[in-house]
Amino acid sequence: MKVKQISVFLENKNGRLAEVTRILAEKNISLRAMTIADTADFGILRIIVEQPDKCLELLKENNFTARVTEVIGVRLDDKPGALHDVMQVFEDNAVNIEYLYSTLMLMDDKVVIMFKVDDIDHGLDIIKKNGMEAITAF
Amino acid sequence: MIWNEKAECDNIDDRKVQQLYNLKKLVRHVYESVPFYTKKFDELGVKPDDIQSLADIAKLPFTTKDDMRETYPYGLLAVNEKDIVEIHTSSGTTGTPVLGAYTKDDLAMWSEVMARCLCMAGGTPDDVVQNAYGYGMFTGGLGVHYGSHTLGCNTIPAASGNTKRQLMLMRDFKSTILTCTPSYSLYMAEAAKEMGIDFRDLSLKSGIFGAEPWSDNMRKEIEEKLNLQAYDIYGLTEIVGPGVSNECEAHDGLHINEDHFYPEIINPETGEVLPEGEKGELVFTTITREGTPIIRYRTRDITWLWHDQCSCGRTTVKMHRLLGRTDDMLILRGVNVFPSQIENVLMRIEGTEPHYQIVVDRGESHLDEVELHVEVEPGFFSDETKSLEKIRAKIAQEIKQELGIAVIIKLVEPKSIARSEGKAKRVIDKRTL
Repeated sequence: MKVKQISVFLENKNGRLAEVTRILAEKNISLRAMTIADTADFGILRIIVEQPDKCLELLKENNFTARVTEVIGVRLDDKPGALHDVMQVFEDNAVNIEYLYSTLMLMDDKVVIMFKVDDIDHGLDIIKKNGMEAITAF
Repeated sequence: MIWNEKAECDNIDDRKVQQLYNLKKLVRHVYESVPFYTKKFDELGVKPDDIQSLADIAKLPFTTKDDMRETYPYGLLAVNEKDIVEIHTSSGTTGTPVLGAYTKDDLAMWSEVMARCLCMAGGTPDDVVQNAYGYGMFTGGLGVHYGSHTLGCNTIPAASGNTKRQLMLMRDFKSTILTCTPSYSLYMAEAAKEMGIDFRDLSLKSGIFGAEPWSDNMRKEIEEKLNLQAYDIYGLTEIVGPGVSNECEAHDGLHINEDHFYPEIINPETGEVLPEGEKGELVFTTITREGTPIIRYRTRDITWLWHDQCSCGRTTVKMHRLLGRTDDMLILRGVNVFPSQIENVLMRIEGTEPHYQIVVDRGESHLDEVELHVEVEPGFFSDETKSLEKIRAKIAQEIKQELGIAVIIKLVEPKSIARSEGKAKRVIDKRTL
């Protein structure tokens, strides 16, 4: 029930992100979630797409340094406190969150938050045990 | 003032007689007492008696930096260890260094040639020499120091760095001659501005700048900003350190102290000796050196030699300001750096062969700013910024340890470093000298 996230190394210079989106557009790959971590010199683009394997292949063909990272996608009701419930569960069970971000759209009126945690199996286990829903894919 | 009129203004033919005498003596001595040279001579089938004229020097083998590394520490020693009173090693690297060993007479000779250089730059015994070259194993500091003592100047061993103190010393002790790298002098100029010190209120008249490539444009800038006359000096650890050659007030080439360091220009490809006036690789034989005399040392520096009737009265041969190198050595903040050293560090860190490029520029500080661009290979690409930052810090630290200078590390995308015929261009030197 892990979700494959594609991480792409981007140099901090004009047009690099556009190059990625151009590749995705040309090959008709839909983005489901995305975030960018940046420093002064470089950034890491993280995306969730419908066809991660194909996407990875394409990026590599185009000389991008990219890799698959596994994350957990938790489906939440769109209401106050929903995110906190998950956070509380992770905290209670000592699951360390490295970063998180949300999907680009609601799925069946629910929000999906992507979590990168230190121990993904443990993380998923906790989610399930607490009656929460982790998505498999888009 | 001319420090040693006899030596520096001698009739050229008389000097040649002396050079040949010393060369023959040296060749016999190293053949008999340095196994490295015995072997090299035998391989070429050349005997000391084959040297009957200065032109016969072409029969002798070359000595390279690699030879000097391979014979480290004492493989080139031509005297008893107990006769050595000082050693120096080449700057910068933690790889196998190159040794220069000095007997008492060698130190006297070094002091003498350095005193000559100070005089060429207008020095007299009344001067106050502020020596901002690094002291220690690097020859720059002590070489200038000895020369300044010999000339009889008040010598301020300021060493490099601590710019505020440099300016304070300059003001308080009325330094008249400054010795340092050319880029550091410009750095001082900037610092002085910030401290509200005007060089016109100081006493500097001359600056002797070396250990780094620079140009006439830079000279103009230095002379304007520091309100002094700037002189180029040349030297290298393998030969003696600073004092091999220096500009006189004519600022038209550097007079080589050729009664001690016999120069040749060769074709770097064939090793053939080129006639005076032709451009090629500079080669030196240390005809009076005792501790570690060197036969035909290939400096890898490109220049040309000429004799003229210099307005200063000296008759010694002149070399043109350096025109380049025959290898890929870079001089960064006075430290000799080979791209292969950087490659070694990167390979050590990642266990792979990352692609890299060295970009050198002189920023507003006027000091060399070195950026090392390293391509992020899929093998060490992590999804987390913090682990990439950690790799970057590690590269920076290891490079600092290897080269002795701080380098800015920039992670770049794979294949973003331009390659020609599959081979990456390792060095982009944007310094306008």
